Amino acid sequence: MSHWILAPIVLPAFLAPFIVLAARHHIAIQRTVSLAGVVALVGIAAALMMQVSDGSVLYYRLGDWAAPFGIVVVADRLSTLMVLLTVVLALFVLLYAVGSGWDRRGWHFHALFQFQLMGILGAFLTGDLFNLFVFFEVLLIASYGLMIHAGGNARLRAGVQYVLYNLLGSTLFLFALGSIYAETGTLNMADLAERVALIDPAASVGIRVAAVLLLLVFAIKAALVPLHFWLPSSYAEAPAPVAALFAIMTKVGAYAIIRVYTLVFPPDLEVTAGLHDVWLQPAALVSLAVGMIGVLAARRLDRLVAFSIIGSMGMVIVAISLFTPAGIAAALYYIVHSTLAGAVLFLVVDLVRTGRGDLRLSAQAPMFGTALTAGLFFAGAIAMAGLPPLSGFLGKLLVLDAAFASPLVAWVWAVVLATSLISVVGFSRAGSVLFWKAHGTPGTMLPEEAVRPAWLSYVAVGGLLALLVAHTLFAGHVHAYTLRIAGDLFAPDAYIAKVLETPGKLSTPTEGY
Amino acid sequence: MEFLVASAIGVMTAGGIYLVLRLRTFPVILGVSLLTYAVNVFLFASGRLTVGAPPILRDGVETYTDPLPQALVLTAIVISFGMTAVVVMVGLGAYLHSDDDHVDDVPEGETAEEQP
Repeated sequence: MSHWILAPIVLPAFLAPFIVLAARHHIAIQRTVSLAGVVALVGIAAALMMQVSDGSVLYYRLGDWAAPFGIVVVADRLSTLMVLLTVVLALFVLLYAVGSGWDRRGWHFHALFQFQLMGILGAFLTGDLFNLFVFFEVLLIASYGLMIHAGGNARLRAGVQYVLYNLLGSTLFLFALGSIYAETGTLNMADLAERVALIDPAASVGIRVAAVLLLLVFAIKAALVPLHFWLPSSYAEAPAPVAALFAIMTKVGAYAIIRVYTLVFPPDLEVTAGLHDVWLQPAALVSLAVGMIGVLAARRLDRLVAFSIIGSMGMVIVAISLFTPAGIAAALYYIVHSTLAGAVLFLVVDLVRTGRGDLRLSAQAPMFGTALTAGLFFAGAIAMAGLPPLSGFLGKLLVLDAAFASPLVAWVWAVVLATSLISVVGFSRAGSVLFWKAHGTPGTMLPEEAVRPAWLSYVAVGGLLALLVAHTLFAGHVHAYTLRIAGDLFAPDAYIAKVLETPGKLSTPTEGY
Repeated sequence: MEFLVASAIGVMTAGGIYLVLRLRTFPVILGVSLLTYAVNVFLFASGRLTVGAPPILRDGVETYTDPLPQALVLTAIVISFGMTAVVVMVGLGAYLHSDDDHVDDVPEGETAEEQP
């Protein structure tokens, strides 16, 4: 039993109070500690991923109490992939926050950032539904602080909406957990997988209600239409590095759907039949359409990017809702892609805001650093809209290919292709107004607060873009890996056996029960 | 007793949802609190309703109450209390800044001040 699996949760949990208590007035120490912590996390995450890359499952019992009585932390290929994605994203986002000076515009940015990481990584690693709830709350309460970082009128108002909506989501989560516990008497995911399969389909009202409630909770997290209303305002108003980090938060919802609805409520389970293809898939197609139409309709650049996040989440859920190994593999490939692409776009939004003073999509004098910012926006938009040569194109191709197994294949193809066209139009309209029309409007002046963005900001955005390029170049390897993950997910026996059959304190033969 | 607990949860949930659908911060926060009370009672009931039974193993006792929901409720109470405190602070900040405690968005054209 290796203790390293706890490091992604414990390290940020210790760094955050250290930053608050010991270094609250020393921004240089805060930055150093925070960056060093994230670099260490990247190393740990990569090592964990190497360890499980052969398909083994890492497993840790807190206090050595055996599952399902004790709390367990489980790392398989899926969770380590998400952990690595999160910490790599966090590294570049932190570089940007330091470079652009966002971390000095309010208090406790680095402490909240570490708590946020703790919550996200914990949610990926936990093997227990109640702890999933607890880590959701940890990441949410940190995100409330980050969301209103640096204050301001509009940001606080958006913050109220964000907090209230997520509080309602948490309440719903507790209702779902209560009904699951009432029906099965356990909340350990591996144990649930065995017990839910035993439920008599004729007496399954309670568990069906629980499955739908849980799906609603995860759909709120994943911003699936019609539960997406919290996303546009809060992502648009949040500070840019925070919004870029939030690109992974919607994926926490997608991860939870993948995990719970392959392990606990697998697609061939009779009691929850129809949940995926009748409800989830149409909702995902509608979110894809709503998101991309929102891109076309947005009048400010930050809202445009926020709506493109909704669209890309719709795309992810379309792939997940196929619930075939090919579909899940395509979804995982697209999750990595859309996280990076969304983060790039949110950071470019901030470059525009810095160099231009505002984000309205109307022609104004050329901004500071036009050429470089325009180039980065161009690359980010290509990635998000899914044009070749970047990985968005490959991701969409994989999803379309996997959709052949679905009865809704015609709908999937039509919606994906049409929304791609709409988003291309939306992004090119925004880009040409922002960057090209500027040169045709002489006489206008930039506002005084417009300055040239710092070089470290460009390094951070460039680094994320380089990752996207690598994601494209090594698409074959990545997709082969995600296919193996999908294979694990559809044959969860190794996971269940590892969690339930490893002896712990309660089940040693000498002591007995 | 089952009827009493079930109807209490139902009434609190209904009242909570009604208040959440108001447009002002104060009723919405009250509604969220009501909902969290409802969910706490619901979690309690998820371990079956027994009265006067001990939660831990003792000699000579036949019926037990399930201790796990009580631990879950404790966690849920702490978390919802903290969250409510956060939302009160954020809501108060938003109200004091803009002199307006509506929860819904101002229509897009009317946002006069841009954020720096």
